[in-house]
Order: sequence, then C-alpha cells, then structure tokens
Amino acid sequence: MRFGRSRKRPCAGEGAFAGSWAGSGCHRDGGEMTVHSLYLFDRNGICLHYSEWNRKKQAGISKEEEFKLMYGMLFSIRSFVSKMSPLDMKEGFLSFQTSKYKLHYYETPTGLKVVMNTDLGVGNIRDVLHQIYSYIYVEYVVKNPLCNLNEPIQSELFRSKLDTFVRSLPFFSARAG
Amino acid sequence: MVPKRTAKQNASGESSELFTLTYGALVTQLCKDYENDEDVNKQLDKMGYNIGVRLIEDFLARSNVGRCHDFRETADVIAKVAFKMYLGITPSITNWSPAGDEFSLILENNPLVDFVELPDNHSSLIYSNLLCGVLRGALEMVQMAVDVKFVQDTLKGDGVTEIRMKFIRRIEDNLPAGEECPVRFIMMLF
Repeated sequence: MRFGRSRKRPCAGEGAFAGSWAGSGCHRDGGEMTVHSLYLFDRNGICLHYSEWNRKKQAGISKEEEFKLMYGMLFSIRSFVSKMSPLDMKEGFLSFQTSKYKLHYYETPTGLKVVMNTDLGVGNIRDVLHQIYSYIYVEYVVKNPLCNLNEPIQSELFRSKLDTFVRSLPFFSARAG
Repeated sequence: MVPKRTAKQNASGESSELFTLTYGALVTQLCKDYENDEDVNKQLDKMGYNIGVRLIEDFLARSNVGRCHDFRETADVIAKVAFKMYLGITPSITNWSPAGDEFSLILENNPLVDFVELPDNHSSLIYSNLLCGVLRGALEMVQMAVDVKFVQDTLKGDGVTEIRMKFIRRIEDNLPAGEECPVRFIMMLF
C-alpha cells in the first residue's frame, strides 16, 4: 500500500483493525514514511518476536546479541527517564530519535514491550503499538493455549496477521528507504 | 444447546448457564480425580492461576486501564471493572485493614454456584477456589504478590460470599539473569 497523497487525512481517534487503520494525522506532510523493524520483548527481556520490513543496513552482530543490546538500552533508558522525572510518570518513556530513525516504545502493565523503529516523519503512534498488543499479541498468542508465553513466538498465524497489519499502516511504504 | 428463552444471556451474548454448568462439570471431574477436597482446592487454584496470567492480558487489552497507584485503586478496578467484565457482577469492597493492605470482596451472588449444593462428604471443598487462583495469577503479572482466599461462602451456610485479599509485596522488575556483557554492562550504569 502506497502512501503519498498530499491531502491531509483526518485523524481518527479509534482506528479499527482489519486493514483499515484510518487514523493518521500522525505524520508530517511530504516525504515517504516507512517502518524499519519491530521487536516484542517479554517482562524478562526475552525477545518474543522480531520482524523487519525496510531495513537497509544490519547491525553486524548476531540477532541474539542485537536483542540483548536493544533490551539493555531500553531497560536503562526507562530507568534513567523515571529517575530524572520531576513528577511521577504514568506513561514514562515513549520514543527517541536520531538523525536517521525514530524508535517508538510501548509497555503494558504486565511488562510486555512493543518497540517499533520507523523513519523520522512518523509522529506519535502509541495507538498503533497498543493495537499490535491488543488485536494481535493478545488475540493470537495469549488466547492460543498452545502458545507458551515466555518463549519466542512460533505461531505462523501471529506472524502473518502482524505483517498484514503493519503493511496496512498509513505510514508504511515499501518504497521509502 | 439451551433454548434461548430460558437461558440467561450475559453481556456478550453467551449463555451464563452454560458457563455455570461447565464450571460444575470441571469441579465434579476434579472431585473424581482426587481423593480429598484439599487436593481439589489446590488444583482449582492452580488452574485459576494459569487462567489469570493470560486473562490479565485480555483485560488490559480491552479495558485500557493503566497501572494502579495503590492497592485501593487496584481493589476498585478488580471489583468494578474486572468482575463486571468477566462475571457480570460487581462485588462490594469492605473490611479494609488499618494498614490498607487487606480488603474483602463481598459477592452478593456468585454465578459459579447458581445450581450448587455441597454434599456432606465434601464439606471442606472450596467450590469456587478457581477465582482465587485467577486473582493471584492476574495480579502477579502486574507486579503484585497477593494472598487470596475465601473466608465466607454461601455454599457453607454463610449469608454472603467473601473473598479476602492481602497484599504481600511488590515484585520488582526482573533483570535478565546471568546475561553476559552488553546488557549487564549497560545496566551497571544505573
């Protein structure tokens, strides 16, 4: 699905799943936007799932090492951010960006962490990460009694639903880089 | 199938009688499989625990409830949101301990026991003990260790059903145990 229309779409508060996440309004006008990768960590730091779409450069280390590094960084940022906060925080750490990419972070009270790397044009996608949790992880992993919860997800159904969902996002574009 | 006109329908349209009868069949089977009531109680708690650790994810996904700041807020969410959502009842919260770490849920009617009468030879059976396991499992997933038990039960001749919940401790975030360099090194900085 291509995203390149200049018309500014209205921002829908509640996006319905099933390929028509109509919301948007969370992007800057102009320029292609894209999703690079997605990590799912459990409360113990195990990477339950990883997938990538438009990732042109690899880290040059094994995936296991990359997951550990990523989790270690998230853990540290989270603890740093809450220690520095002048007030009690409800949501905590949401995202950071570099000159090349933006990392979005969403954590549930049960400690599940959804991490999505996108390009810089993408705004606040908290709703989207929550939807990945509630419509995909909970539906196809938690509610599947044969899926163990604390190990990498093997379910093919989960993978394909997630892939379809991410590809249907308004800021997903396979062409951008 | 139970004919529609006689079956009570709960909020999501499923027959609550089917649910009650299914739970009854489960307990009956456990009573056949285990010799004494204590073992059945233990087994119900264990099954409930396994349900709770998954149910909490469904609860968070559907309810949009965030993290609670104190045990009182937790009590409110359990009684007014969770019980309502899954059992269609709203227990009242009473008997707070002075320290605020213990309270009771009073169930005016317990949908699990609609058609039940305890026979004499099962006098120590805690018929709805599954609920304790569910609460314990669900709260453990949100970093709260709690002790949950029935202190009154209409099945045993009490006027109401009372579940007592006691906060034990907060479970701290797990650091990945025994991780080598990258993670551990970064964590040491904090």
